[in-house]
Amino acid sequence: MKRSSPRTWGRAHVLAVENLVTHYGPVEALKGITLHVNKGEIVTLIGANGAGKSTTLRTISGLVRPTRGTITYEGHDLTALPPDRIVALGIAHVPEGRRVFPHMSVMENLELGAYTRTDKRAIQEDLDRVFTLFPRLAERRWQLAGTMSGGEQQMLAIGRALMARPRLLLLDEPSMGLAPIIVESIFSVIQDINRQGTTILLVEQNANLALSVAHKGYVLETGRVVLSDTAERLRENEAVRRAYLGA
Amino acid sequence: MERGAHLFGQQLINGLVTGSTYALIALGYTMVYGVLQLINFAHGEIYMVGAFTGLLLVTQANLPFPLALLLAMAITALLGVTIEFIAYRPLRRSSRLSVLISAIGMSIFVQNVALWVWGPQTRRFLPPFPVHTFTVAGLRTNTLELLTLFVALVMMLGLHLLVTRTKLGKAMRAVAQDRETAALMGINVNRTIAFTFAIGSSLAAAAGVMVGMLFNAVVPNMGVMPGLKGFVAAVLGGIGSIPGAMVGGLVLGMAEVLGVALLSSQWRDAIAFAILILVLLYRPSGLLGRRTQEKV
Repeated sequence: MKRSSPRTWGRAHVLAVENLVTHYGPVEALKGITLHVNKGEIVTLIGANGAGKSTTLRTISGLVRPTRGTITYEGHDLTALPPDRIVALGIAHVPEGRRVFPHMSVMENLELGAYTRTDKRAIQEDLDRVFTLFPRLAERRWQLAGTMSGGEQQMLAIGRALMARPRLLLLDEPSMGLAPIIVESIFSVIQDINRQGTTILLVEQNANLALSVAHKGYVLETGRVVLSDTAERLRENEAVRRAYLGA
Repeated sequence: MERGAHLFGQQLINGLVTGSTYALIALGYTMVYGVLQLINFAHGEIYMVGAFTGLLLVTQANLPFPLALLLAMAITALLGVTIEFIAYRPLRRSSRLSVLISAIGMSIFVQNVALWVWGPQTRRFLPPFPVHTFTVAGLRTNTLELLTLFVALVMMLGLHLLVTRTKLGKAMRAVAQDRETAALMGINVNRTIAFTFAIGSSLAAAAGVMVGMLFNAVVPNMGVMPGLKGFVAAVLGGIGSIPGAMVGGLVLGMAEVLGVALLSSQWRDAIAFAILILVLLYRPSGLLGRRTQEKV
């Protein structure tokens, strides 16, 4: 761990991941990851394919169990909790590849996002909010999700996650396979969501893009954090520029 | 000609009644396949236990029929959930073949326990209500056949509403489409799978009770052939598709009675399996099934 950004210095961590080790069968995918996310931040994990970025998110949301290490979120120990309990605590995960429910309508997908909630009025508010952020989804609300374009599916996947009214949003490769203009609009919405108060942990292969919206970044290599700093300083770091920014 | 049309109409009724019981059984296969990609080969035995439970509740406990039917469904649902818990859940991360073998083992186990508890002899299952025969438009039917159709219809309607309108139904569909993402929505996947077994098993129990009365016979090996027929019906309709299971059951029932009318009754089972082979060869996604798509 280098130093936290001055902007967030001293604030309590929303999420603290300490020495996380995760295996897929005999393969050690994470070899002791430590990272901290402060309230209101966008924190990004960058790195090459197979560096362990997705695995980190999947371990946080409970899809895979860590072998060692701890994950603490707002004082709760998530390490042994199943995914459905973790969602209920306020963490929503937009998985890699979007993973919308293809044979359900946009509305049904969004309703499933609010599965753990019972506050009808607040759910309706969030639905309106999602439709304001992504007017496209409002137009397509009765369409089957599987028949939509990749960009629309990404909007739906993010909108669906927002329906859980998360305080921490995990985003896995939201730019993957999308046209630059769509990526731009999705990233602008991600910044809006963050400004409206949601803390974001963002995994991206497009390091340039990720570091342009994030406050803080961690560089992962083969299951380890090799560098962490403010996004600004990472953008200027010679090694990062060479390896990930194509400079 | 007149006589031919009449015979055809009469067979139609038989086909409808048999087919509706196949449909009830097929629903359990298709729903379980939907959430686990598993053919639950113990399903025929669940049906058999349903028939025995209904019989005992009617003849030993002297319960009124509607109550006996509902209770038999509830008890059998519990059996289905138990089977899932001990034979399938521990294998959640194993290969599909291991789970299939476990299912076959479960089928043999339940059948043998039934033999041990209830003995090999066939028991009579007389309907606990008066059965009237009557004629509608020249076709003969009776209270029991109509009740079977009615029960099947109500169950299917109820299931349709459950799956499309309720939170549990939405959770079941979500788990069927993408188990991992369903968990990310906050759905308790294991509980949803258990519910799926409960519902499928209770439908099989209803079919078991009705068929037990239609044939006036309940016996530990009675689930074998209807179990296979229900499986054929589910594949014919498109495995994983709920409307498909309903249609598949009815079509199979019709095909059987018509085949029997045209050839002879010895061909009944052969027809079902010929259909299975033809569907698997030429339309593996079934009548209403989705073409399987590769996940990207």
